[in-house]
Amino acid sequence: MASVTLSQVRKSYSGFEVVHGVDLAVQSGEFLVLVGPSGCGKSTLLRMIAGLEDITDGTIGIGDRIVNDLPASQRNLSMVFQSYALYPHMSVRKNLAFGLSNLRMPKAEIDRRVAEAARILQINELMDRKPRQLSGGQKQRVAIGRAIVREPQLFLFDEPLSNLDAELRVQMRVELANLYNRLGTTMIYVTHDQTEAMTMATRIAVLNKGNLEQVGTPYELYNSPKNLFVASFIGSPKMNLIKGRATAGDVSLTGFGTLPLSVGTGDVTVGIRPEHLRIGEPGDVTIEGTITLVEYLGSELFVYVALADGQTVLAQAPGHAKHTRGDKVSLGLNGRDAHVFDANGSRIEVPA
Amino acid sequence: MTDTTLSALDTAEIARAYREAKARRAKRSAILKHIFLIITSLIMVYPLLWMLASSLKPDNEIFGDLGLWPSEFQWQNYWAGWNALPVSFTRFFWNSTVVTVLSVIGNVISCSFAAYAFARLEFSGKTLWFALMMMTLMIPYHVVLIPQYLLFLNLGWVDTYLPLIVPRFLAGDAFFIFLMIQFFRQLPRELDEAAMIDGCSPFKIYWAIIMPLSLPAMATAAIFSFIWTWEDFLGPLVYLNDIEDYTVPLALRSFISSDGVSQYGPMFAMSILSILPIILFFIIFQRLIIRGIAMSGLK
Repeated sequence: MASVTLSQVRKSYSGFEVVHGVDLAVQSGEFLVLVGPSGCGKSTLLRMIAGLEDITDGTIGIGDRIVNDLPASQRNLSMVFQSYALYPHMSVRKNLAFGLSNLRMPKAEIDRRVAEAARILQINELMDRKPRQLSGGQKQRVAIGRAIVREPQLFLFDEPLSNLDAELRVQMRVELANLYNRLGTTMIYVTHDQTEAMTMATRIAVLNKGNLEQVGTPYELYNSPKNLFVASFIGSPKMNLIKGRATAGDVSLTGFGTLPLSVGTGDVTVGIRPEHLRIGEPGDVTIEGTITLVEYLGSELFVYVALADGQTVLAQAPGHAKHTRGDKVSLGLNGRDAHVFDANGSRIEVPA
Repeated sequence: MTDTTLSALDTAEIARAYREAKARRAKRSAILKHIFLIITSLIMVYPLLWMLASSLKPDNEIFGDLGLWPSEFQWQNYWAGWNALPVSFTRFFWNSTVVTVLSVIGNVISCSFAAYAFARLEFSGKTLWFALMMMTLMIPYHVVLIPQYLLFLNLGWVDTYLPLIVPRFLAGDAFFIFLMIQFFRQLPRELDEAAMIDGCSPFKIYWAIIMPLSLPAMATAAIFSFIWTWEDFLGPLVYLNDIEDYTVPLALRSFISSDGVSQYGPMFAMSILSILPIILFFIIFQRLIIRGIAMSGLK
């Protein structure tokens, strides 16, 4: 197990900077998920930690060593790739043993570790097959097996589940979480899927355009996003964002009403999660609207409501609720559920 | 009630008629296609058959009779041909084998090294070197023949096999390099990266990952290299003077000798024997191409 420390890490490709001075401390034994939209630099950051990509500026430390100039093989880490990158011409057994034999490890020790990994991942009956004879989920297991046989101090995952179908993805997510609980090794996991991030991470780091927007537990990110980007990125479906104006003691929301919040003065954006817009219930503010679309998901309903001024907001209702298109409904909202952001998109803490 | 059953029968009848008409059309077009293909194949293969027939004909029949069937089979042409020259063909075949096998090995190893460097490694001036390499593809062999001859003459290599073999070990054939670069490029880079993390040096990546996955490209290069070297006439003609050192193509030419008395039957017999190794080599290595593609599972 090792901690990972990034300080002022930058990356540019022929003068074009894609990662702008990231500071990040991953604690030993932590499951950190790097999340962000595509092109935000999360994979680049992971590849720099792995040693597959040069670091333009700044330092990366693993444990108490600065690893900037250390080749990937000497950083004592394993990586699981999106495409699995299993060696197609080797059997599963050889795929697992390949890295160990490169370390000139004694044969008995290699056999022991390979057998152990096969047992943990339940791939015993696959050991003599070639990768092309495996299904996607089996390939994924073998790729993870190849990572764990090395008994590294750090695991890196680069969108490992994105090639799997939905059902398998959920299953592998659970298995990965179990594996983490069992091994307790530091893990850094890159994904663009926020469900993966929310469910597996001890902490999440949100990246946007090469900048680190916020690092925190899933709870912190969901309940107190530091800025508008994190607020709209975390949470599915997205948070409703409503423009408004703060004056002393309250915030007037365009086409919505006035919330009793004292957040200074100036232009603000108020974020309200769909589950906090209560249909047909009272709140600090209530507003009338017409339902334009209902999405039924079984356990809940997502209801799109057009307000009088034309903007559409999304509200969540329990699955048994009866709403149909064209219904007139009232939405209730409480001030304590609102996330307020200033004109620059930074969070304004609302005094309780 | 009868109405519906009748119409069901009717549709079955109509469907059968359509099916049969379609089968008839397909059969007719298949016959036409095959006739055309057989005739074309015969035209293409006629010279080869003519050579095979001539190798079994008496000398006076070869040019007098365009027919393929010999009046009597002259099997002794093969025995006569094998020993017709001052040095026996055992020697020539051995010489050709040495030159060709070494050339194939040299080409495959050195060209794949060069290709690996171009496809995967970073070095300064890479694009310039690549452009230069590609330019050599456009220079005809005959342009460099004389400077090259002078070079080897000064090295004292004329009259040895060195000029035919050593350049093969120096990645001299841009065509093979280009072929392999294209193949290497389509191998996923994540394999290299996984191997890097698994502790492979660039050479180990080449040897343990790239090389085994590139069997089809290697086999293609080996086949072409074999054919081109085996049937090369100009190279041996320029560099080899001693009949003891002759390769098969040079020896074949010796049949048409200065004294005007040419033994055509034995010459064609030896010509037939000279193409057997190429066919054999091709059969063996084209299996490798197919197996390689199946094994890598990349396609």
